Amino acid sequence: MELGRPNLDEFAATLLELARDNPDILVLTSDSRGSGKLQPFAEQLPDQLIEVGIAEQNLVGIAAGLAAAGKIVFGVSPACFLTARALEQIKNDVGYSDQKVKLVGISAGVSYGALGSTHHSLHDLAALRAINNIDIVVPADNFETREAVRAAVTHPRPLYLRFGKKPMPHLHRPGTPFAIGKAITLAQGSDVTFVAAGEAVAPAVEASELLRAEGVSCGVISMHTVKPLDVETLLNAARRSRALITVEEHSVYGGLGEACASVLLQHGLIRPFCIVGIPDEYTVTGSQMEIFVHYGISGEGLAQRARQLLEVELIQ
Amino acid sequence: MTEQELRLKSVAYRRTILTIIHHAKAGHTGGSLSCIDILNVLYNHVMNVSPENFSDPNRDRYIQSKGHAVEALYTVLADRGFFPAEALYTLSRYQSHFVGHPTRKVPGIEQNTGALGHGLSVAVGLALAAKKDKRPYRVFTLLGDGELTEGSNWEASMSAAHYRLDNLVAIVDRNGLQISGPTEQVMSLESLTDKFTAFGFAVRTCDGNDIGDLLRVFEALPFAPGKPNLILARTVKGKGVSFIENALNWHHKVPSDDELARALAELDEAERLLKVVV
Ligand SMILES: Cc1ncc(C[n+]2csc(CCOP(=O)(O)OP(=O)(O)O)c2C)c(N)n1
Ligand SMILES: [Mg+2]
Repeated sequence: MELGRPNLDEFAATLLELARDNPDILVLTSDSRGSGKLQPFAEQLPDQLIEVGIAEQNLVGIAAGLAAAGKIVFGVSPACFLTARALEQIKNDVGYSDQKVKLVGISAGVSYGALGSTHHSLHDLAALRAINNIDIVVPADNFETREAVRAAVTHPRPLYLRFGKKPMPHLHRPGTPFAIGKAITLAQGSDVTFVAAGEAVAPAVEASELLRAEGVSCGVISMHTVKPLDVETLLNAARRSRALITVEEHSVYGGLGEACASVLLQHGLIRPFCIVGIPDEYTVTGSQMEIFVHYGISGEGLAQRARQLLEVELIQ
Repeated sequence: MTEQELRLKSVAYRRTILTIIHHAKAGHTGGSLSCIDILNVLYNHVMNVSPENFSDPNRDRYIQSKGHAVEALYTVLADRGFFPAEALYTLSRYQSHFVGHPTRKVPGIEQNTGALGHGLSVAVGLALAAKKDKRPYRVFTLLGDGELTEGSNWEASMSAAHYRLDNLVAIVDRNGLQISGPTEQVMSLESLTDKFTAFGFAVRTCDGNDIGDLLRVFEALPFAPGKPNLILARTVKGKGVSFIENALNWHHKVPSDDELARALAELDEAERLLKVVV
């Protein structure tokens, strides 16, 4: 897989392009322009960047006010603080009041690695899934990032975008269609299908290559929109595959995995099924990659899960 | 410990901070160097806390609200014997308890911090408990100046004054910088003296990088009966190394081999000069 740049860089570059042609696009930062890769934006379009200081709650409230006055607002702050500190503002001022703010959670998941749990966002998908009227998009690569940022500008509902800061491999062929709410099927498989989101898609692709070499028919889906979930694509994959594995850079509680499990069960589709993510424990110290490998979010780790799951199924 | 011994300790602490950040290839250099003199005086002179009394309910408490400057805290705790100094070299390593922000898995640390704007509220809780239980301990908390834009600090301030917590000492590391720029450009804070006074604190200012000045201001505690104490400690971000001082990018820049060597050489020279004066 050819390596691109960090999704955060792609996000910032795309936003700068769009904002140059549209003075109604505003960016809000909370001492976060550096981590948001928005320094060039701040220099080139200083009138379109509003700094609020280290004050995430204030950031979301101001964003709602600006959106209410017709502005196209991107509120950019580390995912951990944005979605925990300002959760009530997100729920009431954005979701409930239907202000079409675009919230951008940067350095999401365990991107901050050894900075520890204060800086991890392993709760954001769960917290926001339970809030009415906010869509959740977790792009996997530069292509999905660019398309999601473009789509965000005219998206008819409040939106949460989630980005990591590690360079991502290019996953999609040129010309692949993208729409918020429509998952992208990278490969179809009859033995096992990985349903992944964000920076967890790349390891799922690696695992699928390992498994294919062993003769396992393996599918991969990038479920970039975690809410609303693309139920049709998920059900089709489940009908095709003997087993399903979800993969996410999030707590195994309340995220993509449980969203998929709920859909499958309520449609009566019972398959050997496994949720891979960060378990409910004191997260191990390490870089993002070390944490991924520790919890099996790696090519080999996921391939092993698949082998176990398929073996279980053979025994039954 | 004499004032001179404390000055020498600050130099040694600066050496350790830079060395462990260089070793871990991660850390908050500027903010650790700006607050290290404050931590030095607190742990070696002011506070009644040690590895021996750490389970004593009457020990003084320290909550580092600006958790990112954890290298300063780990350095002082190691020197005070809370854990072996070698452990500092596991900072940010796979499976280490020495995370890049304070955690209670590390001996000597009272509260997990790292998200800004939490420490003062927790300190209010600890100080309130001391009042309720009629315990003699004091509660110290260190805040960044950029951190003050978190609204929670002002909620905590109101409750500190309301409950007349004169056993609470909040120290602001007033280094004038945050990540994106000078604090007054990012979001104006001044007048901090007027703001904290209006919120009910007894406010004193000092030079937060001058051991003598710090000793004098802590000696003067409590500043006024029935009022929480606030020390505005004027500091220099990156203090002690010429090319790190007041340089914005050193908020979390890691010294290269060459920069470490140059920084250590400057600190050797500072130590030599200190010894000459005596
Ligand atoms: C709630 C929260 N928002 C954002 C951050 C990211 N952050 C870490 S340090 C920092 C700047 C802090 O500036 P200041 O308080 O002045 O600290 P110092 O200059 O002493 O390093 C920011 C924004 C954080 N840790 N917590
Ligand atoms: Mg500061």
